[in-house]
Amino acid sequence: MSDSRNPGTSNVSTTVLGADEIILNMGPQHPSTHGVLRVKLKLDGERVVDSECIIGYLHRGVEKIAEHRSYQQFAPYVDRMDYVAAVSNGLGYCEAVEKLLGTEAPPRARVVRTILTELQRIASHLLWLGTHALDIGALTPVFYCFREREEILKIFEKYCGARLTTHAFRIGGLQYETYDGLEQDVKRFCDDFATKIDEYETLLTENRIWVGRTKGVGILTAADAIALGVTGPVLRASGVKWDLRKAMPYAAYDQYEFDIPTRETGDTYDRYVVRMEEMRQSRRICLQAIENIPSGPIMARIGKVLKPPPGEVYHSIEAPKGELGYYIVSDGTTQPYRVRVRPPSFVNLQAFDKMARGALVADVVAIIGTIDIVLGEVDR
Amino acid sequence: MAPKPPAAAEASATPPAKPAAPAAAAPPKPAAPPAAKEAPPKPVPLDNELVQRFKARFGEGIREATLDRKQAIVTVAADQLREISGYCRDDEKFDMLVDLTAVDWPKREKRFDVILILYSFAKNERLRLKAHAGEIEPVPSVCEIWPAANWLERECYDMFGIVFEGHPDLKRILMPDEWQGHPLRKDYDILKQDTDWVRENLGIESGQ
Repeated sequence: MSDSRNPGTSNVSTTVLGADEIILNMGPQHPSTHGVLRVKLKLDGERVVDSECIIGYLHRGVEKIAEHRSYQQFAPYVDRMDYVAAVSNGLGYCEAVEKLLGTEAPPRARVVRTILTELQRIASHLLWLGTHALDIGALTPVFYCFREREEILKIFEKYCGARLTTHAFRIGGLQYETYDGLEQDVKRFCDDFATKIDEYETLLTENRIWVGRTKGVGILTAADAIALGVTGPVLRASGVKWDLRKAMPYAAYDQYEFDIPTRETGDTYDRYVVRMEEMRQSRRICLQAIENIPSGPIMARIGKVLKPPPGEVYHSIEAPKGELGYYIVSDGTTQPYRVRVRPPSFVNLQAFDKMARGALVADVVAIIGTIDIVLGEVDR
Repeated sequence: MAPKPPAAAEASATPPAKPAAPAAAAPPKPAAPPAAKEAPPKPVPLDNELVQRFKARFGEGIREATLDRKQAIVTVAADQLREISGYCRDDEKFDMLVDLTAVDWPKREKRFDVILILYSFAKNERLRLKAHAGEIEPVPSVCEIWPAANWLERECYDMFGIVFEGHPDLKRILMPDEWQGHPLRKDYDILKQDTDWVRENLGIESGQ
């Protein structure tokens, strides 16, 4: 028990090896670690008995940079943390600063933000699905997923000119009015996407190899997940029905109907099922939102120079990977005194050791994929 | 042309490049809700049932309780942080440690604020614990209470040099192990670096 209460504490290099044990080093240059993650594994034959993640290769000091930029200047930087879900990062930051200012974006801006953020969630999950399946050995899904992801990126491009690091939102609302035909584009995508998800499922859900490689692999119980601060789809796959969009609604989520998918076992297969269902729910939210985008201004009256009154705020959103929080301290000047980013990938990755112990080396690749990390966000 | 509500069509008649300013300044839009002038948010003292229970249990250990932007902050004595955290988890049902971080106020006698953000699934509520810590004064680790604190405390140590007493393996996490200095301290300049480390490991004169 003491072991499970203190995961991630191992120091693989200094432990004494048993007669049949070896240390295997994975990464930082390894195709299935999705970036520069290095994992040291202590192995007994094919079994992992201990592991240690070594991170920081992508550390750029984002929180330090924030203290030397104005509130608006820092907004584009947040896109470069979780760079496959830049829109979600921007939403969290903009809403946090708005809270700090004591203001709120107008209703029209909030609905447009919701649509784009949900599209981003689908795009992020598609990237996860494609690469995760690729890691495990299924080559086809990645092409299908990138095909649909492209449609979402095209919508982003038409809206704000950028595809990945979009800087789509501004503190106080939106900079750009929606383009003519946004609703139709989103509707067309959503209509097509329903059958596309079924198509992915025909490739994987009952595929014997997929099931064999994911069922029972990397189990994380609900109690462990909560103790380790794990959030997002990983937590929900362990059976905790908790989603910030429902628990503490932000943007325009309180206006729409959607379900929170959960599963019980908390293995790699369950996390796959939860994310697939989340894409369907995101599609549902988008369809409801485009039906009725309120008219009115897209920007709150906040002035050009932002000087939030002294104080502090914590605001978090349900990013595709889990709870993305911003803790901002203001000293009343134009630059934040401190910006702390609570990155979901960083905290979720801590559960890796717990999930990997007892697994086979080949499963480690599946487990890294299933946590869905982005190293840009882990290292910041 | 999309069947848009009239007000939106009106807005799109203005040049599309910078619609934000004209839309906000346009007079025939009385519906703009954020125009309501509210008093700027500021921290106020907090005295609810939770705080009273805290005070009854820990007395002087609870230094201050405030409400800032509708968020509860309880400042506690650093040496009692572990007991108070255990109480928060077991009795007040704050079962998840969302985040643990620090803020540096170099001019203060005790320069660091150690911040713990807690969440209770049962109450759907957040609570922020804050403890003041001096530069060389260790802070009790909460790893035994919330294992999530492990990496978060390591990051805090890495970035601020705050020592967490009782942490199972306190070492740097984001910066290289041999790095000198703690980058998020206010007296660590943004252009500063560990030149010796850079020369030795990267083979260049400067990383700038």
